[in-house]
Amino acid sequence: MNDHELIISNVETIPEKTIVEFYGIVSGSSVRAKHVGRDIAANLKNIFGGELKGYTELLQESRNEAMARMKEQAKSLGANAVVNVRFSTSSIAQGAAELFAYGTAVRVE
Amino acid sequence: MDVILQFIIYISILFMTYCIGSYIEHRHFQSIRIRENQTRDMMVITFSQTPEEWKYTSTDLVCGNIVISLDYFKRFLAALRTLVGGPIKSYEPLLDRARREAILRMKEQALSQGYDAIINARLETSRLASSGGDGKGTSGIEVLAFGTGLKLLG
Repeated sequence: MNDHELIISNVETIPEKTIVEFYGIVSGSSVRAKHVGRDIAANLKNIFGGELKGYTELLQESRNEAMARMKEQAKSLGANAVVNVRFSTSSIAQGAAELFAYGTAVRVE
Repeated sequence: MDVILQFIIYISILFMTYCIGSYIEHRHFQSIRIRENQTRDMMVITFSQTPEEWKYTSTDLVCGNIVISLDYFKRFLAALRTLVGGPIKSYEPLLDRARREAILRMKEQALSQGYDAIINARLETSRLASSGGDGKGTSGIEVLAFGTGLKLLG
């Protein structure tokens, strides 16, 4: 991932740069289920409460993947920044979650 | 006799989860308070506009997330509460500590990347469905905090 090429921001502007072109909405999603080992550990943890580290990491990885897909799409359009990025999470099936990231691809100068 | 024994075992498991759950919660709150004091200088604001006197250079997205769950005893209490309605006190500290932890993680990520402030911070909460057979139980609540990190000049 070339992070320095593509600027990601959840505000409408990029500092000291002006938006010269809009490419419209770009999005990336990733659906993941946790594997059995993590599931058993999390279920045990669920009895005593507290942080479920396995799930935290899983969702983080999953969200990074969704963002990587969004960046790829933005790059293929010729954008060099994605502004106003939003996230959404939904649990679509038992034990699986969808992580969705979307934003507006723009060219800044 | 068997019924009484089962009942005693059940009660003692409930009591044990209550003790361990409360201990975990107490320790978590302690660590949150310490880390909040350490990262006090880092400003997190929910505006997308910055004060005019701020001069800043680079920006990037920073996030922090946590998945957290209640202990068995408190979930049992919450289930009892839904029979009569009213506030569910056992869930309030859970969400409080999850949000504060998510914000702290976002701050820590921003600090490690060399940012001085975070603007347009947003919080999102979602529920993860249980993978257990019935699918009724909540296996965790996820809180995500995200915002744009800024490097201030001068």
